[in-house]
Amino acid sequence: MSAEPLVADHAHEVSDHGHDPHATTTGLSHIKLAMWVFLGSECLLFGGLISTYLLYKTRGNGRTLPTDVFDIPFTSVSSFVLLMSSLTMVLALSAVSRGEAEAGRTWLLATALLGGVFVGGQVYEFTAFVREGVAFTTNPASSAFFTLTGFHGVHVSLGIVMLMSLFVASVKGKLTQRNAETVEIVGLYWHFVDIVWIFIFTVIYLIPAD
Amino acid sequence: MSDTATSEHSEPDTAAEHHDTEHAHPSDWAYVKIAVVLAVITALEVFTYFESVVDWGVALVPSLIFMMIVKFYLVATWFMHLRFDSKLFGRMFTAGLILAVGVYLVTLTVFEFWV
Amino acid sequence: MAITEKTPLELGPGDTARYAERPLGVFTRPQEGRGWRDWLSTVDHKRIGILYGASAMFFFLVGGVEALLIRLQLAAPEGSVLGADVYNQVYTMHGVTMVFLFIMPLAAAFANYFIPLQIGARDVAFPRLNALSYWIWLSGAIFLNTSWIVGGGGADCGWFCYSTNSGVAFSPSHGVDFYAIGLQILGIASLVSSVNLIVTCLNMRAPGMTLMRMPVLTWMLLITQFLLLFALPVITVALFLLMFDRLFDAQFFNPDAGADPLLWQHLFWIFGHPEVYIIILPAFGVVSEIIPTFSRKPLFGYEFMVFSGIAIGFMGWGVWAHHMFVSGIGPISVAAFSLSTMFIAVPTGVKVLNWLATMWGGKLRFTVAMKFAVATVAMFTIGGLSGVTHSVAPADTQQTDTYYIVAHFHYVIFGGGVLGLFAGLYFWWPKVWGHFLNERLGNWNFWIMLVGFNLTFGPMHILGLQGMSRRIDTYARGYGFEFWNMAATVGSLLIAVSVLIFMWNVVKSKRDAPHLPPPGPDPWDARSLEWSIPSPVPTHNFDTVPQVHGRDEWWHTKYAENDEGQVVRVATTEEAAQTGEATGVHLPSPSFWPLAVAVGLPLIGYGLIFNLWLALVGALLTIASLYSWAMEPVDDPDAAHDHHEEHHEDDDADPDEESDPR
Ligand code: HEM
Ligand SMILES: [Cu+2]
Repeated sequence: MSAEPLVADHAHEVSDHGHDPHATTTGLSHIKLAMWVFLGSECLLFGGLISTYLLYKTRGNGRTLPTDVFDIPFTSVSSFVLLMSSLTMVLALSAVSRGEAEAGRTWLLATALLGGVFVGGQVYEFTAFVREGVAFTTNPASSAFFTLTGFHGVHVSLGIVMLMSLFVASVKGKLTQRNAETVEIVGLYWHFVDIVWIFIFTVIYLIPAD
Repeated sequence: MSDTATSEHSEPDTAAEHHDTEHAHPSDWAYVKIAVVLAVITALEVFTYFESVVDWGVALVPSLIFMMIVKFYLVATWFMHLRFDSKLFGRMFTAGLILAVGVYLVTLTVFEFWV
Repeated sequence: MAITEKTPLELGPGDTARYAERPLGVFTRPQEGRGWRDWLSTVDHKRIGILYGASAMFFFLVGGVEALLIRLQLAAPEGSVLGADVYNQVYTMHGVTMVFLFIMPLAAAFANYFIPLQIGARDVAFPRLNALSYWIWLSGAIFLNTSWIVGGGGADCGWFCYSTNSGVAFSPSHGVDFYAIGLQILGIASLVSSVNLIVTCLNMRAPGMTLMRMPVLTWMLLITQFLLLFALPVITVALFLLMFDRLFDAQFFNPDAGADPLLWQHLFWIFGHPEVYIIILPAFGVVSEIIPTFSRKPLFGYEFMVFSGIAIGFMGWGVWAHHMFVSGIGPISVAAFSLSTMFIAVPTGVKVLNWLATMWGGKLRFTVAMKFAVATVAMFTIGGLSGVTHSVAPADTQQTDTYYIVAHFHYVIFGGGVLGLFAGLYFWWPKVWGHFLNERLGNWNFWIMLVGFNLTFGPMHILGLQGMSRRIDTYARGYGFEFWNMAATVGSLLIAVSVLIFMWNVVKSKRDAPHLPPPGPDPWDARSLEWSIPSPVPTHNFDTVPQVHGRDEWWHTKYAENDEGQVVRVATTEEAAQTGEATGVHLPSPSFWPLAVAVGLPLIGYGLIFNLWLALVGALLTIASLYSWAMEPVDDPDAAHDHHEEHHEDDDADPDEESDPR
């Protein structure tokens, strides 16, 4: 082997030029790969909080447990709202990638609104629980409950901020077909937050405590 | 991870083809259908809460978990496009998911049964 | 996602790049240059690597002073250098500093600097995020140490900070709050960096660089990043709960309310055991580069090396409860974890055998780097063997919380990790700085460190088996502990001397450099791609992106087999190496926003502890900086060379316009 091969031919040079986002080793975009890697990590984060709650859910220290005050019909409605926001999210992406800015904007806004309804429902739920005697510091079960669902709520809220940023960008005409990937990335995050809630809804709310 | 070992640096034109197939996403109508399925499953889930209607007995927890997994799977594969995208994405995610389920299940059962 | 770059780096040669930007009119978009300000805004992976390395060495000194204080206190019975309370703080902060502020960032330095070079890339996948990782790490490190000044002392709960010792009742100062928040900040830094480096490894390899052609250092660093990726969230959860317990009266670790202190132990060690591999795997990678180079042989059993690394990465998740054998987890758990722990020794043993086989029959050259590398293998093996003795639960019941454990983990962490990274420093110093470290001083450094290390930690095996418990601030006369404790203290002073020699070496070799011949691209006749480019590495790394044909690409460029099957030199380094003279390579522009984001996080931390308004200020600063960051274009896919004008339309009065190179 001579020195030759080290010097790549010019064709490669060009293909390495970053204008083509697919000129990566795997052909996949950096940021999407990064997002999925990050979501893998998030599984362990939520897993830890969920496990903490599962360990503590019956430890009431003689006081009211979160499970005693669950309002399943109410939570079902807000869970359903969040689930449907995943649909609007994916429709937003699909519209933006077809170049239908207007429709994309509408669906983005719808997603943010549904998310807002969910967070609003959570705020209402929290205040109701506190009124019924289950506050953050009441017992290990309540601490774990509020930390888990609150942490999830913060994730949803961050998602809303991102959606609204996209919405604003879209209004300014900066969100074009070309940036569809940005919508896709935000969408991945949003759906992830949704599937975490699918898990929480079943494991924490629906499965009876004992 | 390992399958990427073979994927050599692609020339720009093949990369572009790749691009097209990779993004051949389903129609909006398909998404709506998935959402309907999700809604129906959710309705079923909530239905279990009203025990007076049907008594699920010992089947309750397994069926709840089953329905949860189906929902989880549908959102991940359709809405998050895992079905249509490179396997590498799914692998990154499932690595975290399986690890999380594994270590936390062990932790929780250590508290309960292993003593 | 707002904070990440949308398109990959511009890799090819462009025309003269234009960097002038002024996104929100707050900061002038910096341009890469040589002054100190450029270090604050740099996004060059090499500079970030150097920043990591230099800061890590600084904290090595901090942790080292703490270690010396421990040893002075314990040199003789009834020591009175430190009070009991301060002693607790000093050993806790020693451990935390050495693990999170020395060894991890030093490994990050190697990762940042060498992953792109070894895979033939011009930078990492997300250069600004890379800067962000460093600045967040630094802000967390400073935050953690300010607890000495404003927190009423350091954390005093041991580096694993078991509940209920970590509660307000037993640790009333703010030390543990700083621990809980500081480690969360450090965790964010490592998480961001792990995502970045994983994407870099998977997605930025030069043409032909398949995964199974990647150098072993890159492989081990990649596995380390996966361990970080998945382990950090677990300790983050634990720290999060602890923070809520201490600052907001949550009940997670309050046994009176029915909480279970074992929850902390599980979460901590689910993180903690992968963490020990996070510490050791980079050193394994370094050793796997150095031994073949100085044996003039390819690494024996490359595949085994890679797969045993992966196996360690997997199995490291199934052994955590061996730290909890005496915590009352029950006989079945103890038996299961005892077994899994014994198994994990297997892939580790594979590695040791492979290194030995690489040296076997090789033409060995004992440079300082090689000596450190061989010592790493030897010392690590001793630590590994004592580790196997604890995997036997009944034996461990005797050993746990004694100095035997302290001996074990220092043999693996110091003997394996630290010696290994020192080997790397001597090996790659010429590549990074363009001059060698002095070999004569290096020999002094090596031998004194090796002797000092063994004198410090060897006797701790004996002390531990004699029953001297760990984390006691003093011991009474007459237990037979006197002699070996004094020996250990003398040893620790020797280690200190060796570190001083190293520092002197750094200064002296820089001073002597102008009078010595430069090392050239490939001073050691090495094997991987970073040696095919000039030393020090030019900003753009590679003039042309290399085309890779096999493992040890650079070696095969220089050598080939002749007809008789002998390896002969086919090209000189001068012929084969790149000149580094390419101009106009388009590189990502520097940015101040990563630094600005990082400044906000410690403010949130102080705010949570002292005043929530301050936390609000910190949060606003962080969010505002993130937004500005998102607004600051890296490069625009369609209009890389025109979009600056576009941008300036809504940002009139731009003084940079004139200074624009175009
Ligand atoms: C200068 C050389 C060093 C000396 C003399 C030294 C000494 C010690 C001693 C005596 C202890 C036990 C304190 C006790 O349990 O009462 C200790 C703990 C520890 N050391 Fe070192 N050490 C040195 C370097 C290092 C390095 C380089 C690392 C890691 C990279 C390290 C990591 C630790 C850890 C993790 C602990 C446990 C802290 C805890 O129990 O919370 N040490 N060290
Ligand atoms: Cu361990």
